[in-house]
Amino acid sequence: MTDMQKLYLLVPLAPLLGAIVSGLFGRLIGRTLSHAVTILGVATSCWASWLIFRDVQAGHVFNGAVYTWLTSGDLRLQVGFLIDPLTAMMMLVVTFVSLMVHVYTIGYMHDDDGYQRFFSYISLFTFSMLILVMANNFLQLFFGWEAVGLVSYLLIGFWYTRPTAIYANLKAFLVNRVGDFGFVLGIALILAHTGTLDYEAVFAQATSLASQGISLWPGQHISLITLITFLLFVGAMGKSAQFPLHVWLPDSMEGPTPISALIHAATMVTAGIFMVTRMSPLFELSQATLSFVLVIGAITALFMGFLGMIQNDIKRVIAYSTLSQLGYMTVALGASAYSVAVFHLMTHAFFKALLFLAAGSVIIGMHHDQDMRNMGGLRKYMPITWLTSLVGSLALIGTPFFSGFYSKDSIIDVARLAMEHGTPGATFAYVSVVAGVFVTAFYSFRMYFLVFHGEERFRHVAHHVTHGDHHGTHDEPVAAHGHVHAPHESPLVVTLPLIMLAIPSLLIGYVTIQPMLFGGYFGQSIFINGVLHPEMAELQAEFHGAGEMALHSVDGLPFFLALSGVALSWFFYMKRPDIPAMLARRFSLIYRILENKYGFDEFNDWFFSGGARALGRLLWQVGDVSLIDGFFVNGSARVVGWFSTVTRRWQSGYIYHYAFAMIIGVFALVTWFVRTT
Amino acid sequence: MLAGHHLLSLVIWVPILSGVLVLATGSDRQAGLARVLALFGALAGLFVAWPLYTQFNVQTADMQFTEFSSWIPALNINYHLGVDGISMPLMLLNSFTTVLVVVAGWRVIQNKVSQYMAAFLIMSGLINGMFAALDAMLFYVFFEAMLIPLFLVIGVWGGPRRVYAAIKFFLYTLLGSLLMLVAFIYLFFQCNGSFEILDFQALPLNLPVQILLFIAFFMAFAVKVPMWPVHTWLPDAHVEAPTGGSVVLAAITLKIGAYGFLRFTLPIVPDASHYMAGFIITLSLIAVVYIGLVALVQADMKKLIAYSSISHMGFATLGIFLFNTLGMEGALVQMVSHGFVSAAMFLSVGVMYDRLHSRQIGDYGGLAKVMPVFAAFFMLFSMANAGLPGTSGFVGEFMVIMAAMKVNFWYAFLAAITLILGAAYTLWMYKRVVFGDVVRTEVAKLRDLVPREFFMLAVLAVLVLGMGLYPLPLTEIMHSSVNNLLAHVAQSKLP
Repeated sequence: MTDMQKLYLLVPLAPLLGAIVSGLFGRLIGRTLSHAVTILGVATSCWASWLIFRDVQAGHVFNGAVYTWLTSGDLRLQVGFLIDPLTAMMMLVVTFVSLMVHVYTIGYMHDDDGYQRFFSYISLFTFSMLILVMANNFLQLFFGWEAVGLVSYLLIGFWYTRPTAIYANLKAFLVNRVGDFGFVLGIALILAHTGTLDYEAVFAQATSLASQGISLWPGQHISLITLITFLLFVGAMGKSAQFPLHVWLPDSMEGPTPISALIHAATMVTAGIFMVTRMSPLFELSQATLSFVLVIGAITALFMGFLGMIQNDIKRVIAYSTLSQLGYMTVALGASAYSVAVFHLMTHAFFKALLFLAAGSVIIGMHHDQDMRNMGGLRKYMPITWLTSLVGSLALIGTPFFSGFYSKDSIIDVARLAMEHGTPGATFAYVSVVAGVFVTAFYSFRMYFLVFHGEERFRHVAHHVTHGDHHGTHDEPVAAHGHVHAPHESPLVVTLPLIMLAIPSLLIGYVTIQPMLFGGYFGQSIFINGVLHPEMAELQAEFHGAGEMALHSVDGLPFFLALSGVALSWFFYMKRPDIPAMLARRFSLIYRILENKYGFDEFNDWFFSGGARALGRLLWQVGDVSLIDGFFVNGSARVVGWFSTVTRRWQSGYIYHYAFAMIIGVFALVTWFVRTT
Repeated sequence: MLAGHHLLSLVIWVPILSGVLVLATGSDRQAGLARVLALFGALAGLFVAWPLYTQFNVQTADMQFTEFSSWIPALNINYHLGVDGISMPLMLLNSFTTVLVVVAGWRVIQNKVSQYMAAFLIMSGLINGMFAALDAMLFYVFFEAMLIPLFLVIGVWGGPRRVYAAIKFFLYTLLGSLLMLVAFIYLFFQCNGSFEILDFQALPLNLPVQILLFIAFFMAFAVKVPMWPVHTWLPDAHVEAPTGGSVVLAAITLKIGAYGFLRFTLPIVPDASHYMAGFIITLSLIAVVYIGLVALVQADMKKLIAYSSISHMGFATLGIFLFNTLGMEGALVQMVSHGFVSAAMFLSVGVMYDRLHSRQIGDYGGLAKVMPVFAAFFMLFSMANAGLPGTSGFVGEFMVIMAAMKVNFWYAFLAAITLILGAAYTLWMYKRVVFGDVVRTEVAKLRDLVPREFFMLAVLAVLVLGMGLYPLPLTEIMHSSVNNLLAHVAQSKLP
């Protein structure tokens, strides 16, 4: 094993070790050692990722096995790594954000009983996510895929005594399992038709897959590659919370805020985006799937954004914003602009993690109140949180020169180019992503103004916390007394990660757009069929440097929409706070639809959850209890019993009964003999 | 070395003789001695079974460790033993489970201790004998004899409806196996007076005869698996059985049915097996989906796990009748894994039952707060039951789904529904039992695991994780035998 290969192993194993130590021996070694060991693990991993990143930039790509998981016939399933530019970038993003979240957690979870458990989980998550991105085969991808799902489940339900939390985590797991159902079938189809699960070997056979068809029912024939990519994308829809499998993500906000930043914004939910990018050699071969991806992304981008506009819980606003941004990434995938999707994934990881962590800081400052209607004017009390939040919000709405601008504008551009090429679904996608800019700007700055500016509404709120984020597993004395607790800035362990994340939120787009999108950074790791999908080439032709792009954008439609979104939110929430309430009354139907999140939760509860239980009860009571057991099993027992009761009567034990029977028998026999002879 | 020649006899008779010895301690005044003796007996059984693994030759599909001596010469019935890659893992699983059961019953069983322990030890030996038998009559004797201790375990140490459950279990399985006996006798005459299973396998038979034999075997083995619709004895038996009984029932007895398909049905009547494959696959898929839905609505934890067992065993029968390497090995992996996972699930329920004397999900809630260590173990086993990668529960299911896709898209589609249903019924139960606030005062008083329970669950946790992360050693054992069997089944036996 070379030194570099040892380094590859170190990246996932260091956080795993931290997770094991703090998970199994957390109580023994105490809080400080627990967080020290896990942070050391993730820091090691981050540093190693950096070295690997540099090595990959120098042109060293690795693809090899670590160990053989199992063999069966000719099939050999291995655990192995594929270290290429795409992986290296993901490793760096994952470990960096994870490190920031680890540090932040020291402050955020300070008073919690489950401190060590929490560190163990987030380190385990980091391990799982790394296994996912470093995989060189579908099996290991699925391992990581499910492992991040498991940790997400554990962390959403971290405060396991809260009914909402344990409802949310079960929901998240099951909705993800619906996606995994498709994902597994996609993997199975690949294995059945290529005989291997290694990326490289599968991609080598991609064109032969594209030439095959499959018949699902007699007389019908569909393209095999379309079915495969569609099923794989169903998996991505679950993990990356795409419509209609998005329902679990808003509820996942029941988890502690650090994991909302790490898992439900920056890394895990982008696994689907990463996966589709990784599978670009397959997706490129099916226009039908790509169009489907485009439409699903567009629906998610726009309609989940709408929901963000009316939320009052600070974390839920960001959650819907995450859904919407994931929709943007999906649109880029559908337009075959995989590098743009991953570029947005990266910038989004930084600024969304920043926004979530800043929201967490606000929640600490507000003594665990998450309702934005109780905030206002916090900029005076929490200057660092305020400024970093502003950076995050500006990045999110796509302000020129901020990181989010470069990635989001690129997505809008490729959607436009796809529309110009007449890609099915692209017109709808373009309209959605452009309209989404206004929506994003509106809800982002609605949140910003409500939290940091305006009247200090917390002075009028009796502090009984109804929806705090921070109920420990112990009965924490929450501020229930009459006097007002002034908000306060959070400690350094909280604000330092904010600053560290604000820097890339500001700069990373400007610095990396050229190499990542146009400089061939991704090299062989992304495949685009240039003849069918020339959008990236055209985007490159339009690109004349990062500075130029920003300057050029100010007379474009998206910039205007973003500006008007900010202006409108300022007018609504700073100038005339009575208007939103009036609008909610005037358009109460629309408001109710939004408030009920389009009714998906009710429908799913009624149809899927209720339906499955009703069906189960029916099969049990009618099938098992009445029919099989009642009729066949106990029925045959009863028949035997009845039969023996009847025959038992003949054995009464009285001699005259037997004698009488004998006489009749003799009589009958004699008669018969006489008649026959 | 003596053990080298009579290893299988030792694996069979060491537990049985230890059982007899335990029985000799008599009444409950000697309960302590009975327990210790039983533990030694079970450990000795595992110890003598271990060389089966270490000395096993993975290169050959021939029977290994064979022993032969005449038993009833008049009928040409022989004491003929041997194992291959299909039976060996199951014997190890059985010997291991016996240790678990003895430990699990250590404190809980206070009534007729020596008889309880002896029943399990004797049963363990009989089951080993059944897996090792190469003579059909010898197999039949072991096959039926092992019902007796299990019948007693349920009937004597069981719950309130134990008599109903025990008799239902006994009659169900007995009725099925009688037809198998008829099949054996028929084959005996066709083979010119031989009960050798290997002779049966070589015998040419025409299709109508094969189908009749198939039905006879099916009746015997489908009841054991159990396959839908002959499964209804299992939930009742589980609910009434003491924890140890449930563990053996789930971990071992259910495997006998699947083993029977592999050892008898497939090689003796291959053409009929192909002919009836669609039928078996349909029943297996019904088991996966229908039973999964039924499991969802159970209020009794043991019933829920019993139904989930049926659903998981559906993967074993599905994998066997796909007739490809991946499917058959997946089925075997699933059988071994289910042995660990179902044992762990029933032991976990046992841990709770011993404290609160209730199996109702609704009587619990908030265990995570009062029994955090137990909650962590139970989480792991629940995830294994839901087939999470990294646990043994994933390996077999994954292999069978992959194998099913090679045959038919819809087989894989229906089988994969277990991803959703398995997670739904397992984690919903977990949520209601372990998460949430402690509502009942009885629950608030519960104490966490004692060392004995901790040890038991920890060993299983290691096995579940180990097999999930590195299943290669297990599948390597099976390759030769499975390939040999598949090659055999692929050849028509029509005259």
